[in-house]
Amino acid sequence: MKIDDAIKKIQDQFGAKVRKIDKKNGKRCYIDIEPADVVEFTKYIFKDLGLRFNIATAVDDFKSIEILYHFADDVSGYIVSLRAIMKDKNDPHIDTITTVTKSAWWIEREIHELFGVHFNGNNDLRPLLLSDDWPSGVYPLRKNFVVPKRDSRKA
Amino acid sequence: MSHKAHIPIGPYHPLQEEPEFYKLVVEGEKVVDVDVRIGWNHRGIEKLSEAKSFDQSIFIVERICGICSSSHPITCVQAVEDLAGISVPDRALYIRTIIQELERLHSHMLWAGLAGHFLGYNTIFMWGWKYREPICDIMETVTGNRQNYAMMKVGGVRRDIEKEHIPYILTRLDEFLKHLDMLRGAILDDPVLHARLKGVGILTKGKAIDYAALGPTARASGYDVDVRRDHPYAAYDRLKWNVITRPEGDVFAKVVVRILEMYESVSIIRQCLDKLPGGPIDSNPKDIPPGEGIGQAEAPRGECFHYVKSDGTNSPVRHKVRAPTYMNFPTFRETVIGETVSDATIILAAIDPCYCCTERMLITDWRDKELFGVQELIKLSQEKTRLLKEKMGVRG
Repeated sequence: MKIDDAIKKIQDQFGAKVRKIDKKNGKRCYIDIEPADVVEFTKYIFKDLGLRFNIATAVDDFKSIEILYHFADDVSGYIVSLRAIMKDKNDPHIDTITTVTKSAWWIEREIHELFGVHFNGNNDLRPLLLSDDWPSGVYPLRKNFVVPKRDSRKA
Repeated sequence: MSHKAHIPIGPYHPLQEEPEFYKLVVEGEKVVDVDVRIGWNHRGIEKLSEAKSFDQSIFIVERICGICSSSHPITCVQAVEDLAGISVPDRALYIRTIIQELERLHSHMLWAGLAGHFLGYNTIFMWGWKYREPICDIMETVTGNRQNYAMMKVGGVRRDIEKEHIPYILTRLDEFLKHLDMLRGAILDDPVLHARLKGVGILTKGKAIDYAALGPTARASGYDVDVRRDHPYAAYDRLKWNVITRPEGDVFAKVVVRILEMYESVSIIRQCLDKLPGGPIDSNPKDIPPGEGIGQAEAPRGECFHYVKSDGTNSPVRHKVRAPTYMNFPTFRETVIGETVSDATIILAAIDPCYCCTERMLITDWRDKELFGVQELIKLSQEKTRLLKEKMGVRG
């Protein structure tokens, strides 16, 4: 299945739920969706189209938090990235996709602690990388987080 | 009524080469659950990258891991090239391929040695590490470094492979192959290793797909995935080579896959040296426009994945790094439950976990918002030891 076929199948399946398609080249495609539709899209792409889940990338876009879910077609060699934008930066919520693929288990925990995104339905959002006593409400990969200056010459 | 006990391994443990914590829940000798805690090695490299220029980011990601010290840079430069639509000269593509396969050889040999050590088979440990040396020697000759080669750059490579290096590389590869034959015999024909590794820690193909397992961990479960073939980059699509798979999914299958992959790597390097085209090694790109790009490369442990976003300035706005161990690690829980405690370490070792890749240190104390350097940490450690001694009534 070529990238154009995959895009057409996704469009046919979801119609107006596909907000925007940006086919960057023959190997990359970015599809904007609403956060509420993420499980439905993931299920279709992972289970029905048989694409492999690469990883999810959260991005602090200053005004909003977006998550890109990257799926690889290992037969034709392209990547489809779903983009879900959460406009409320103070309380970003999105449904968990661990109900579709277990491979999202750690990445949801990581995005939760580094960006403050809450994944509805994921009951295991314990810190993955940061210490247990990391202060709540401080998210190191958000743009407003400033790394404290370090003086290496300090005695 | 069964009695459950907890066995903590780590975070600092003599057998582990890096800090990580496992809590095994056992009933008798049987593992019934496991909790993995990571984060002792986290260095915040994604955040650091945002404060660096695109050229500097490559050196940052090169320091994610000493073993995959070429896989992360090549993935990073490919992400930037994807972002900006930069083409790479043919000669650079071949040189990238050679470096990647040399890295796979030394990594798989290092793993074979460690696996032998985990099993108490220290001959394998010593052979594996001894016979990895010719590969590090080649790297030193070609790049100037045995690790952290600094070869990758956006648009090409930093150093050329000189004509006079080629006979030397071929001679050392011949030497390596003889030793690899010996190691293969020692491992694959050993009845003790068959008894110890076959049928242990099985990851089924279905589970491998569900967990999106990668590299030898996936291929040993019959999940035929290899980025070199599926998402061609460098010069892999111009060469003849095979993706090695095994259907069994046990620890022994993972050993077989890695051993046989080394033969493929040697073949790939020889083909590259034979076909090495002339011409420049760098397309010298200037500006990185706004946009986003994705890079993929098959590291020794599986697919490395980088996502880079640019706003048109000199630094990435976002740089996501995903190492292969990140995807393979959760399969450990799936494969160790139901096995005996004595097999837990080799089941873990079978995925070839790379903790520094997974975590990508900065020590912070948020109570007074202070960052500690090495000297401060040593002082804190000594102070804590003194207090503990006082508490326990130990003198001296």
